[in-house]
Amino acid sequence: MNENDLLIRGGRILDPARGVDMLGDVLIRDGRIVGVGERLDADGTRIIDAKGLVVCPGLVDIHCHLRDPGFEYKETIETGTRAAAHGGFTTVCCMPNTQPPGDSRATIEYIQRTAAATASVRVLPIGCVSKGRQGKEMAELGDLAAAGVVAFSDDGAPIADAALMRLALEYCRALGLPISDHCEEPALAHDGVMHEGWVAARLGLRGQPAAAEEAMVARDIALAELTGSRVHIAHVSTAGSVELVLRAKARGVPVTAEVTPHHLTLTHEIVMSSPTLPNGLAYDTDAKVMPPLRTADDVAACVEGLRAGTIDAIATDHAPHAPVDKLCEFDDAPSGISGFETALALALSLVHEKKLDLPTLIQRLTAGPVAALGLDRHEGLAELGSLATGAPGDVLVFDPNAEWTVEPERFASKGRNTPLAGRVLKGRVVATISGGRIAFALDEVGVG
Amino acid sequence: MPRESRRRDALGGAALLVQEPPPPFLTRPAPGTWQHRHVLDLDDFSTDEIELVMETAGAMKEVLARPIPRIPTLRGTTIITVFYEASTRTRSSFELAGKALGADVINITSSGSSIQKGESVVDTVLTLQAVGADILVMRHPRSGAPYLASRHTHAGVINAGDGWHAHPSQALLDLFTMRSHLGDMRGRKVVIIGDITHSRVARSNIWGLTKMGARVVVCGPPTLMPVGLEGPRGSEAASELALPPVEIETNVDRAIKDADVVMTLRLQLERMQSGLVPSIREYCNLYQVTSKRLATAKPGALVLHPGPVNEGVEISLDVAHGAQSVIEEQVANGVAVRMALLYLVSRGRG
Repeated sequence: MNENDLLIRGGRILDPARGVDMLGDVLIRDGRIVGVGERLDADGTRIIDAKGLVVCPGLVDIHCHLRDPGFEYKETIETGTRAAAHGGFTTVCCMPNTQPPGDSRATIEYIQRTAAATASVRVLPIGCVSKGRQGKEMAELGDLAAAGVVAFSDDGAPIADAALMRLALEYCRALGLPISDHCEEPALAHDGVMHEGWVAARLGLRGQPAAAEEAMVARDIALAELTGSRVHIAHVSTAGSVELVLRAKARGVPVTAEVTPHHLTLTHEIVMSSPTLPNGLAYDTDAKVMPPLRTADDVAACVEGLRAGTIDAIATDHAPHAPVDKLCEFDDAPSGISGFETALALALSLVHEKKLDLPTLIQRLTAGPVAALGLDRHEGLAELGSLATGAPGDVLVFDPNAEWTVEPERFASKGRNTPLAGRVLKGRVVATISGGRIAFALDEVGVG
Repeated sequence: MPRESRRRDALGGAALLVQEPPPPFLTRPAPGTWQHRHVLDLDDFSTDEIELVMETAGAMKEVLARPIPRIPTLRGTTIITVFYEASTRTRSSFELAGKALGADVINITSSGSSIQKGESVVDTVLTLQAVGADILVMRHPRSGAPYLASRHTHAGVINAGDGWHAHPSQALLDLFTMRSHLGDMRGRKVVIIGDITHSRVARSNIWGLTKMGARVVVCGPPTLMPVGLEGPRGSEAASELALPPVEIETNVDRAIKDADVVMTLRLQLERMQSGLVPSIREYCNLYQVTSKRLATAKPGALVLHPGPVNEGVEISLDVAHGAQSVIEEQVANGVAVRMALLYLVSRGRG
């Protein structure tokens, strides 16, 4: 029996890339999909019984922070990818805001080497746009591409200098890789720590307006149009940004966009009130994230943008921090939410609330992100994000209706920073299969 | 008793022996209306609780008028003031208030303490609890810091000003001062003029005054008015956590007209430096409370200022020191109101 062989039997198979929605089996041999169909021959292979469950391609996250190298006390490649597996992700693209930053081949190779030795799922590094993430001059983008990065980004910070963004986009034409930009015009964001609106006014916190994001989204779209290079808008959070991307796509501008589970479901009000922080205003540092959580209208626009395909992908922006990092005044807390382990259930709430159908949601978590960054064009990743024959043997089995309570202390991630602690979510990962291997499975899952 | 001898007595040890008993009001059991272990802002105060603070502060004012302005009510109670920001009147009045009630009062400022070495708010609070603090009086430049502190200590926390957010004892002493002249505040027009965005005094006053039925008008240039002051918008549902509705006015003449109370706020020099107003000169032209402008308010309208005053900037010299100004009275009332808060928080801790 080969440990990379597996039969997943009797589930509802969803493969949005090929329009498949059927009851049946998925067979993996030697770490690759060899077939999807009814009553496949299991001869000697291990079997996961998926009756009553959904079986789909393993989820693909094109935006996360593994914190390694440099901030191993927050997360490591090992713990981060274990958390990813718990969340149903089989491919994660990690941002280069590490220490040292991912602006050199050496750092990228360190990540690849460490992932090969310790990771539960596939890790695809993203390289820096600028040397040292300083936003001044281009990093060696060609060498980073040769090392195997799948995109460039200075995430955590925007490419504030429009001239640098233009140059980098032009240069990328030769490399065929997109730039993922954290859009936040610094002069307008003005060190704001949350969304500028009535909650910030009430809490006496400095806000950053939606226009700080939208101004840079508009700039990036203009530069994509100018250079013909692909721009990917990271974590869209405002109705205005969705509108800008919609119009750009209609004109054929090469722009794609992602949205996080929290920007699809939570508003700025959660900063003020938290069930786990009773007795007065929460000033919940676990709800501090950049871009900030916005208004209900922004959330609705992001959901509609996702449904309509204006937004190509859901990306977690998994941003783990140690508890001590967040145990401080709101202004001083680092931004970010530990998101791998709640992403699927949060996203599924859109399906339960009938704002989105399940195949569309799964598309935005699999084929959508793959297409946005063109991940399937890399060696060995053909058909990534699908269950096509020959695709990587990455499969997620989940129960869309199982309820569970978010208990951050039980996260696989070192980051327990989530504003969802204590919430009951609906939709649970049952098993995550990465390259035919079981990367995560609930205890009660019988593997025969 | 002549003033001199009163001072001498108060300083002498023997004077303590002849201290008068607390006024009868204070010896009654703590009334059930008081629900606060901490005083963080006025947003969660009932009108009954505000009335109780006013009533108690009135009794405290009586104590302060005695030859020996001391009662032993909080003897054995340790109050620590923790100030991460400079302060003259708030810190000194909390200290005097504690001492007038017989408590032990210790003052800690960020310079010269472990705060300077980078000790976190949570660690500082735990340390002060360990040395025996019953009540912490905290001033902090970050909005929300006292909330963080209150979640990590058994001591009662009194917010003495946090960032741009709240300054409940100031709002209560403002209210006390207004009521001592105007009585019932229902229907009274109170205009707050100046830098609303960065003002914790404005925010706490908005809560306190609207709860007591006053009509609050805030006035200032749009660049000093917080975005979102008008509350939830679009499809957002109304929230009981939102600031209560106030009238927003950018024209000072319209704002002051027929006001019962004119409260001006300090214009921080750094606001001008960061370009929020074009110049002090223009600010003075457009927003300074002058006697000419004050003449359009109700006759005898009160003029308040939380201090420290930039004379000749937000308020003209003659108005600041004029017959309608109660600025010094505010400071004096501050001690009585803070005595009331310390007393009530101490009783509330059971």
